[in-house]
Amino acid sequence: MITVCRIEELPPGEALRVTDGVPAPIAVFNADGVLYAIDDTCTHQDASLADGWLEGCVVECPLHASAFDLRTGRPNCPPAKAAVRTHHVSVRDGVVLLEVNVGEPA
Amino acid sequence: MRTVTVVGASLAGLSAVRELRAQGYDGAVVVVGEERHLPYDRPPLSKEFLTGGCDADALALGDPDEYRELAVDWLLGERAVRLDPASRTVSLADGRELRTDAVVVATGARPRLLRGADGLHGVHTLRTLDDARALRADLTTGGPRVVVIGAGFIGAEVASAASGMSLDVTVVEAAEVPLHRALGPEMGRACAELHADHGVRLWCGVGVAGLEGSGRVTGVRLADGRLLAADVVVAGVGVQPATEWLSGSGVQVEDGVLCDAGCATSIPRVVAVGDVARCPHAFVGAGVTRIEHWTNAMEQPRTAVRTLLSGASAPGPAAPPYFWSDQYGVRIQLAGHVRAGDVPEVVHGDPASRSFVAVYRRGGRDGHDVAVLAVDQPKLFTRLRRTLTPG
Repeated sequence: MITVCRIEELPPGEALRVTDGVPAPIAVFNADGVLYAIDDTCTHQDASLADGWLEGCVVECPLHASAFDLRTGRPNCPPAKAAVRTHHVSVRDGVVLLEVNVGEPA
Repeated sequence: MRTVTVVGASLAGLSAVRELRAQGYDGAVVVVGEERHLPYDRPPLSKEFLTGGCDADALALGDPDEYRELAVDWLLGERAVRLDPASRTVSLADGRELRTDAVVVATGARPRLLRGADGLHGVHTLRTLDDARALRADLTTGGPRVVVIGAGFIGAEVASAASGMSLDVTVVEAAEVPLHRALGPEMGRACAELHADHGVRLWCGVGVAGLEGSGRVTGVRLADGRLLAADVVVAGVGVQPATEWLSGSGVQVEDGVLCDAGCATSIPRVVAVGDVARCPHAFVGAGVTRIEHWTNAMEQPRTAVRTLLSGASAPGPAAPPYFWSDQYGVRIQLAGHVRAGDVPEVVHGDPASRSFVAVYRRGGRDGHDVAVLAVDQPKLFTRLRRTLTPG
């Protein structure tokens, strides 16, 4: 379990990139009050999804048009073909906690 | 319509195929590609592919499952040489004739060549996977001195890649300010400073008189008489739309295939997409323009295919054009369209720190926002690009 930040530091519409203590960077999003975590690097080309445009529970890659569903990690259109991994994120005592999923993407 | 032939097995060509199927066309699809490769992604060719950071497999745009589903008849390593609308025939270089009910022109563009480069080893242009392989082979042999001609985005990315391979690199640019047309003088100058930051020499405002060497290039002679020693020369001096094969077809050509806003050409059931298509653009306004960007090749086929299948041409979305460039570890992104006279204002960061965002306004500082340039600021860029309004 990784401590990401205090919940106040991740207001709705915002995202954070976690690089410490994880095998590969993870992006944690606050989508209108619900937290999600996915692999941060777009499966198409090197770009950080934490920098992307968040709309509902979909984030659009800042480099290209591919948008990923935060719930499943799946891209909705090319150029990305492969899904990103989703990770478990929770809040305990006002602290955002991340549980890294090392399995295969959906 | 029973057969659609897409000429060009590129991102634009593949996107056209995907759109044909997505929009419900269930007839035959033939794709003619001059290169022997299935569609692949070109942007990495001047970036991580050149430095060895990725291999050719990573460039594939589709996969076998998708291609099975799309049911495409690929004719790769085949060049289209003629279109005859009267008999609805596309002729190939090997003499074959393909009967077709409709044609998507996606033949792209070819790099302009340097005069005197013929038969001289070590002189390169960069457009295709084979080009990139040849250039990489030369860059990784014997620590060559590299001269890049043209400080546009391709030239700058090649210079960046070569300098990242610890090679001695010089860039020569005929214009006084690099990237002047795409970014305007102020921001062009700001981005060009990346070269000096990384020990790459940049000579501006000087043309190339010729290449030296016999058999293999040894140097570049500049118009002011200077001689730059070179073992590898890369020319990034623009492209020419690949339209030769359409001569005599009746398809109107003028620096590209002339189209209406729905990608319809002057001939019914012939549409054009990607670098080769010269269309009115709802965001850019004013006349017709070829947009040589990856994103355009990806998105424009939706408009063209709708025109083809419906028989009625309708303009595409007025989204701002977009391109990006990765050089020297910095990501440059531009959305919108910069015209001469548009005024950039740095709204975040500082060009001197190589991390900033500038917004361009038309008709002076009080004008509306027509473009946004970000250097190493992807997050702010994704927000500001949504605030742009057409010129």
